[in-house]
Amino acid sequence: MSNVLAIAHKELKGYFASPIAYVVIGLYAIMFGYFFYALLLYFDRQSMQVAGVGGGPAANVNEQLIRPVFLNTTVIFLFILPMVTMRTYAEEKRSGTIELLLTAPLTDFQIIAGKFLGAMGLYAAMLAVTLPHIGLLFWLGNPEWVPILVTYLGLLLMGGCFISVGLFISSLTKNQIVAVMATFTVFLMLWVINWIASFTGPRTQEILNYLSITDHLDDFTRGVVDTKHLVYYLSFISFGLYLTMRSVDTERWRG
Amino acid sequence: MIEVQHLTKRYGPITAVDDVSFKAERGEILGFLGPNGAGKTTTMRVLTGYMPATDGKAIVAGYDVLEQPVEAKRRTGYLPETPPLYPDMTVSDYLTFCARIKGIPRSERATRLHSVMERTQIADVAARHCGKLSKGYRQRVGLAQALLHNPEVLILDEPTAGLDPKQIIETRRLIKGLGGDHTIILSTHILPEVSQTCNRIVIINKGRVVAVDTPDNLTARLRGSETMYLQIDSMGGDAEAALSLVPGVTRVAVSDRRDGIAGYEVESEHGRDVRRQLAAAVVSHGWGLLELRPMRMSLEEIFLQVTTEDAAAPDAAAAEASRE
Repeated sequence: MSNVLAIAHKELKGYFASPIAYVVIGLYAIMFGYFFYALLLYFDRQSMQVAGVGGGPAANVNEQLIRPVFLNTTVIFLFILPMVTMRTYAEEKRSGTIELLLTAPLTDFQIIAGKFLGAMGLYAAMLAVTLPHIGLLFWLGNPEWVPILVTYLGLLLMGGCFISVGLFISSLTKNQIVAVMATFTVFLMLWVINWIASFTGPRTQEILNYLSITDHLDDFTRGVVDTKHLVYYLSFISFGLYLTMRSVDTERWRG
Repeated sequence: MIEVQHLTKRYGPITAVDDVSFKAERGEILGFLGPNGAGKTTTMRVLTGYMPATDGKAIVAGYDVLEQPVEAKRRTGYLPETPPLYPDMTVSDYLTFCARIKGIPRSERATRLHSVMERTQIADVAARHCGKLSKGYRQRVGLAQALLHNPEVLILDEPTAGLDPKQIIETRRLIKGLGGDHTIILSTHILPEVSQTCNRIVIINKGRVVAVDTPDNLTARLRGSETMYLQIDSMGGDAEAALSLVPGVTRVAVSDRRDGIAGYEVESEHGRDVRRQLAAAVVSHGWGLLELRPMRMSLEEIFLQVTTEDAAAPDAAAAEASRE
């Protein structure tokens, strides 16, 4: 475990030693801020109308503001997370530092788990940017905190899926541009895979909907932790890490 | 300490290392010599567990590198061809990270770090970023990383590449000092390096071992016949004829001549020392003997001989087999 943490620590430090961490956190802060502001204006108008008409149910901050904000901002991760994962392996291979890791008394799994945790750390730092916005809502209004907490759990799991795929793709190449483009494409495909679902048969439709990475987030944003989604996310992450392990091992044999 | 048995490594259709076997005893410094692309780096990468061999076995510090890689790696320090540095890390951060992944307990880290930085003389750049270091410093930081966990086995891929002459001498001295406690394999294509630092030399060419021996034996064994160089002031006399009459001399050739002074290369039967007779012959004619010295084959010549002449390969291999 201490080996895993050593790698994770090094990865995280590496992100902050280069511009990457500041760029991705900064970009995310700007985009999230804009999404939040836009949806806040929209929510504001809605609640005014409700108040004006009178008699209707009071506007719900959780349902009508926080949930849409998080669901809409997940799209930002599509662009940003490939930038986080692109260097994990590609850079080590290009600079030759992979030789240090592979000849140190570490198992492949420890290296991969460390890299995964390091990227998760940066992702968590990105999510932390949203805390002031949510805090503002607590200061001005009275949202429920349980659904918010569950949403963060869901976001962490969803990000874990993206990161595990990104790690795998990064382990396939020395070239960071290739890594970032391929990762982005795969993320996008996982995002839109169920768009054609309604045009297919019932069985295929079910499968396509199940594969879509973001659909599973929906229940989390309602504050529901469904084991179905937990199983999906956790098995997705394990599969991604497993593929990375196979890829690193294959790379060894190929030399 | 290190045992390599019938090691073969293929990259697709290319055979980089072909049935290589050798051994290094505890405390020995083994020089790995060969032209570029001979398979030195590949062999070292197999030994360090960086990549598995296609065939054969490598045992380091008593552990098979394929069966028990973590145990073997714990006892191995490795300096790859390009020092594996993270450009964004400072030297001391980098070495701290290396210490962590090499499993050095927190309580010992500071002292270990301090001692390797002293030994490799990099203490003055501890706070600098690895990416901003000169080639010489990078090489030494890489070496510090390899020494950090005080491994039983050290594998150094061209440890003096990119260093200036002063640093080369210091690094060689450092490596020599490490021998005895550590078993060291170092690769190089600089010949004087191996003769100065190593106890034994493995010459490898096109993936095959062509010779294994001590630098002295190698020089002696590959010298087919004894050759002397004489410089004589023969005052017009025919020294060539006189020298060829000396018993044991097989061939005399003039190598240079100016102002009546000539240099001769005299070959004699193997194992027969004809220096006294040659001197006596010159003196008996009343000529002046200006120089008399044995011409030994330098490692350069040996190296060229074993790596270019295919005929030398089976010969050397047979000699190696009989020695074992």
